[in-house]
Amino acid sequence: MPENMLARYAQVVGENVIDQLRQLARPLAGAKVVHVNSTKEGGGVAEILHTLLPLKQELGLDTSWEVITGDEKFYQCTKSFHNALQGDRIDVADSLLASYEQTNRENAERLRSKLEDADFVFIHDPQPAPLLSLCPNRKGKWVWRCHIDVSHPYRPVWKYLRRFVEPYNASVWSLEEFVQPLPHPQYLIAPSIDPLSEKNMDLDEREVHALYAQYGLNPGLPIILQVSRFDRFKDPVGVIRAYRLIKEFIPLQLVLAGGAAADDPEGEQVLLQVKAAANHDPDIHILLLPADAHRTINALQRLADIVVQKSVKEGFGLTVTEGMWKAKPVIGGNTGGIRLQVVNHHTGFLVSTPEGAALRIRYLLKHQRKLEEMGRKARQFVLENFLLTRHLREYLTLMAAIMHKQKERIELQVDQNGVAKLDENRS
Amino acid sequence: MAEPFAVKDCALIALSSGERAQNLRELRDRMLTVPQGSIYYHFWGGMLRPHFDNPEYPNDFAFWAWHGLRDISLAERLALINPCHFNTIDDLRREVVEVIEERLEESEIVPWAKNDRQFFFIQSQIVVFDTRIRLEDLKTFTDSISLMTASSIFYHFIDARRRTNSKKDDFSEWLSGLGDNCAELVASFAALDPYFITLTELRQELQLIINQHTGR
Repeated sequence: MPENMLARYAQVVGENVIDQLRQLARPLAGAKVVHVNSTKEGGGVAEILHTLLPLKQELGLDTSWEVITGDEKFYQCTKSFHNALQGDRIDVADSLLASYEQTNRENAERLRSKLEDADFVFIHDPQPAPLLSLCPNRKGKWVWRCHIDVSHPYRPVWKYLRRFVEPYNASVWSLEEFVQPLPHPQYLIAPSIDPLSEKNMDLDEREVHALYAQYGLNPGLPIILQVSRFDRFKDPVGVIRAYRLIKEFIPLQLVLAGGAAADDPEGEQVLLQVKAAANHDPDIHILLLPADAHRTINALQRLADIVVQKSVKEGFGLTVTEGMWKAKPVIGGNTGGIRLQVVNHHTGFLVSTPEGAALRIRYLLKHQRKLEEMGRKARQFVLENFLLTRHLREYLTLMAAIMHKQKERIELQVDQNGVAKLDENRS
Repeated sequence: MAEPFAVKDCALIALSSGERAQNLRELRDRMLTVPQGSIYYHFWGGMLRPHFDNPEYPNDFAFWAWHGLRDISLAERLALINPCHFNTIDDLRREVVEVIEERLEESEIVPWAKNDRQFFFIQSQIVVFDTRIRLEDLKTFTDSISLMTASSIFYHFIDARRRTNSKKDDFSEWLSGLGDNCAELVASFAALDPYFITLTELRQELQLIINQHTGR
């Protein structure tokens, strides 16, 4: 990324917002920050890290990103964790747990000196969680960032994982509902999208319309779009049911666009179920896109009339944010972070069933002005609340907060040399 | 001559308090014990966190009364509580508890919420930083209000009432030190109710008052 990224963001969010980031980052200048997750491509976590890192670097933080690697057994295990933390009653075999722990030991050998030397280490999700216990000489603050909805975990799996995350200095959760009790401060930070990334940047209309030919879409029919991994919790089969209920009354086409993440071995199985449900309907387009098809997804979201995210479980739902940023109303499952974004009757509709989704989509297709008005509100809502700059501000605030005392008020003062410092008397 | 006005800014970070309520009695009980910062957050925090402008209800308790408990009467009563009318957070806490207890006495059953609609008490940490902007006199002050960030306005106009012994906003406090010619402006600031408007609207209202005062 170019060096003047902050200036480019200022054009979207305003100079004040960027000034604020610089002021918050000043006391953290030079701090060594390491993020660790389990995939470089695919999924919301990797996307956020791709954009957060260069910005932190430009703000003067010495930030890097490490990816742990493992074999098929490791990913099977962590996928089971993921499902179990979201409530599936899955017992994970001891052999898989052994692979999980062994993989972390191997990665710790490779990363130990860097992690122990860092001022801040952000460990994303359960995959690399044991790294803390494998870095006994760590000097910095370690934060476990949980992107998953852990509101109703399968208890045996959470009990197993809890011992790895308890010793962290703090944890970060996307929503209050997801928080499980842990003996350290638990921060709440909603994720965000990057308005300048390939997935969200403005596109030329010709490029958007080129998708009609590229994917055999019908320019004469409204497009309903769901973008997500082929994952049961995203309920793609439910979306197909909703589509069939609408099609009885209004001609339309459905696009289900999904990629496979490197750490998700279950996707193929769900994709087969989706294809069976679609049953060769020519107006259902199942697009299996590569992990880096950001520009195509961007164009699809712009081409769509209505964006759907009918998840039955959702961490935050960045595809909702993306759709709203393209000024589309979103029909979202009434769950998790979708509730935070879809303001019922304003930026879209919250639904609980395929029938509910069908009803709301039909309504919007019949009321074009309402559809456009909701789209405008949705974009404004994202501009003010869910862009990367807000996310970055909260990360910097968190770092300032845990670097000092866990007090309700922390006052940073600037000394005569222009160096920001903590005012101990006020904090 | 008065000290220049030091423009500060702030950023809020939310934390889980670990406390939650699934019915109205639990809400009342937790209200009695949660830290002041949590009550402050649920009345004022909405201004600095992701939120939808012109929300249905101005505070989180009223929102939950309707969306969690489906109790419209309680939601309306809680929504009318204006935190500006209370000198301390504990006074505000007592008022909320009073409204809840009144409703509990009226109810034949204790209103309750579904498991996925519980009320979560959140608290916050506020990090305050110096913008290094100094306003030397009334003119620079009046020229600068419209340029301040929304969170700066929050810190000086809303947070100050909780932070300072005088319970006044920082602007009024500083303007009072400039002499009697600012008394009218200070009085107008004092009469401004910041609760039912957004921070952007609050900044506009402050600018409007300044314009009226300076004859712009």
